[in-house]
Amino acid sequence: MKLSTTILAAAVIAAGTAKAEPVAPGEVQFGDYGGIAESLTGKAGDPENGAKVMKTKSIGNCISCHKVTALSDAPFHGEVGPSLDGVADRWEEAQVRGIVTNAKMTFPGTIMPAYYKTEGFTRPGKAFTGKAAEEPLPPLLTAQQIEDVVAFLMTLSEE
Amino acid sequence: MRMQAKAAIAAALIAAPGLASADPDDDTLIVNGEIEMTTKTSAPEHMSDTYIDTIMSGWHFRSDETQALQMDDFDNSGMIFVDTGRAQWEQVEGSEGNSCASCHEDPADSMKGVRATYPKWDPEAEEVQTVAMQINDCRTENMGAEPYGYTSTEMANMEALIAVQSRGMPVDVKIDGPAREMWEKGKDLYYTRTGQLELSCANCHEDNYGNMIRADHLSQGQINGFPTYRLKNAKLNTVHARFKGCVRDTRAETYKPGSDAFVALELYVASRGNGLSVEGPSVRN
Ligand code: HEC
Ligand code: HEC
Repeated sequence: MKLSTTILAAAVIAAGTAKAEPVAPGEVQFGDYGGIAESLTGKAGDPENGAKVMKTKSIGNCISCHKVTALSDAPFHGEVGPSLDGVADRWEEAQVRGIVTNAKMTFPGTIMPAYYKTEGFTRPGKAFTGKAAEEPLPPLLTAQQIEDVVAFLMTLSEE
Repeated sequence: MRMQAKAAIAAALIAAPGLASADPDDDTLIVNGEIEMTTKTSAPEHMSDTYIDTIMSGWHFRSDETQALQMDDFDNSGMIFVDTGRAQWEQVEGSEGNSCASCHEDPADSMKGVRATYPKWDPEAEEVQTVAMQINDCRTENMGAEPYGYTSTEMANMEALIAVQSRGMPVDVKIDGPAREMWEKGKDLYYTRTGQLELSCANCHEDNYGNMIRADHLSQGQINGFPTYRLKNAKLNTVHARFKGCVRDTRAETYKPGSDAFVALELYVASRGNGLSVEGPSVRN
């Protein structure tokens, strides 16, 4: 955690000079274990918005699979994935960013969708219409929304 | 019947106070106090390469209230459509002056056991046929009438009339011989991860049955209960309409109802229910 905060701070300083563009989905650099060291936007995330993204069905809809006690104001938490309580105690920020961006880089073959991926799908569709769509698709979450979710998840500490 | 449902509620409350238990329950489905349904049984041999050793009807994953609606035909809204289907059965349509009844007389005799064995290989057409395809073949070839839309209300009604004649009989779909190729194709589709969410049928209905996904209790996605009356849309739903909905929910381009892909998938999914009772028309939420 200490380490990744330092990296983040460095990224923010670097970004301060030129106006930073978010890292494009195809250009994300994953580490050997699927983590992403630097913020996708060069900015810190907003945990409050991250909470909203996670519980809103039409945005992240993370609670459809995960139970999160801190989000219990929203109904119907699923059981397909593990509870995210205490997730900040289990993972470094870089790893959490990697999981939210493309969980398959951390957990090969996982059911968890990749939230910042735009190409390489089988029968890509236009959102939930059932109609065909051309790749690249818009990513499920924007770079800033990913950072917001990461910032929220890093508040889920039980220690 | 009511008693059983109440007893089940009481048992559930004792087992998990204040919590809706997510596991499939152990209730028994007896329709009208007389048709005993096999709703859980050993998985067929061809599923030995999966984690599933017991196959279960979607009925086990519904609430006690929804379950009760299927235990008595007076409470089962799907039965209303069986009556409409019966009227369609008698209706003369098309250039040949025939109704279904002209050739098949009483469906209680002629259609008994039909639902249990479809989809199946038709040696004359040299293809795997679903009940819906057979219905439309009869309409176009033997009646000179227009085919029904593949997932239309008329089709669902007719399928319900045909399914109900086999209620309680075990699903027994053949997967060897000339049907094998379609079955393999269906199996491939079942495990293909589609759409932007990259989910396959197996991700939800094999790896996660019994788990909640948001407000939905995931079942094994069996089709022994089709057509299904859903409380959600208050109508009868056909197998291909359900498949289409599930594929759409992966943010994928769906396949067309009646397409080769969905016929193959239906054959494969039906075969995963070999041994469960035909329940159609069932009630789901
Ligand atoms: C379709 C189901 C599904 C959805 C939707 C989903 N996840 Fe997951 N998630 C999983 C599963 C399953 C795992 C466990 C990894 C594995 O074994 O596959 C997981 C693991 C995780 C982990 C690691 C948890 C730990 O403690 O090990 C995090 C963090 C996470 N998910 C966050 C999210 C966020 C944030 C979202 C939404 C933006 C999300 N998930 C959406 C299924 C899902
Ligand atoms: C994202 C998860 C998900 C995926 C992927 C999915 N389904 Fe479903 N399916 C559901 C949910 C939720 C329901 C409603 C609850 C239930 O019966 O499981 C359902 C219901 C069904 C039913 C109705 C079962 C009944 O008893 O009435 C069938 C049949 C079915 N699915 C088949 C399929 C097939 C075939 C595929 C792949 C083409 C598939 N599903 C993919 C989530 C999914």
